[in-house]
Amino acid sequence: MQLVINGQEKDMQSSGTITQMLKELDITDSHIAVALNFQVVPRSNYDQTPLNEGDKVEIVHAVGGG
Amino acid sequence: METAVETESKLKIADKVFSSRLIVGTGKYASFEQNRQALEISGAEMVTVAVRRIELDKTKESILNYIDPEKYTLLPNTAGCYSVKETVMTAQLAREAGLGNFVKVEVIGDEKTLFPDNEATLEASKLLVKDGFHVLPYCSDDVVLCKKLEDIGCSAVMPLAAPIGSGLGIRNPYNLKLILEAVTVPVIVDAGVGTASDASRAMELGVDGLLMNTAIAGAKDPLKMAQAMKLAVQSGRLAYEAGRIPKKLYATASSPIDGLIDL
Repeated sequence: MQLVINGQEKDMQSSGTITQMLKELDITDSHIAVALNFQVVPRSNYDQTPLNEGDKVEIVHAVGGG
Repeated sequence: METAVETESKLKIADKVFSSRLIVGTGKYASFEQNRQALEISGAEMVTVAVRRIELDKTKESILNYIDPEKYTLLPNTAGCYSVKETVMTAQLAREAGLGNFVKVEVIGDEKTLFPDNEATLEASKLLVKDGFHVLPYCSDDVVLCKKLEDIGCSAVMPLAAPIGSGLGIRNPYNLKLILEAVTVPVIVDAGVGTASDASRAMELGVDGLLMNTAIAGAKDPLKMAQAMKLAVQSGRLAYEAGRIPKKLYATASSPIDGLIDL
């Protein structure tokens, strides 16, 4: 399944949920947030949120800033 | 009998009380470790962070490993946002990432000066207040705007003293004074401070706090500057609370005139 993750086209093996996508990307940091097609996804919904072909996903975290 | 050390009063923003009136940023440090040390030395209790995309295919250490959540309140910013939509979404992502309920609303209106888009700042702040955030907007040093930001429920207003990262110091103390008179929420000077005397000067005007990043991170020795800023903010606030003497043109002797020896 093709997803656009953080602006990059990615071919994902898992065709499932946000939880599965994070696992495949090996993202274990708990201080992250995900937006799916420009909507913020609550953490509690990661297990139940299905991903579809061509979805635009943003995965963000805290970095240094002023 | 020992005389107690005088300390400045505390700063209350929304439901939180801070002993330090200095808020510091976490950008531009040489390393996370240097950043951690500068935070500690500065005595700050509130720390800004930005929200950015994770770099895929890279294992990156998180800055949050260097910011003790027991010691610091995080103030995620919306730096880099140019629209209301981006700003609201960035704030919501920050909250979802576990960075807390405070947000520094920063909507940039001009790339060269990084001056805020005040109209968009007001609109984004309104939406985020409604969404339950404690909103601290970076804004122009405009009294009318600051009053409006207070009226819509912002927890503080954060007028700039000079452009972000410019180090030009307090360019318009009169505007800051007008804002201080007009609003009851804390007034935090955000951006423009270059060195310790700038920080003292702002605090002596009576502003409630000071947010800075580049002045510390960009100094030749950031750790020494962190200490300098801590002292400057403290001394400036103490001087404000102490109440300075009026300025006069002529001298007034400090020593008594009576009892001079007669030669």
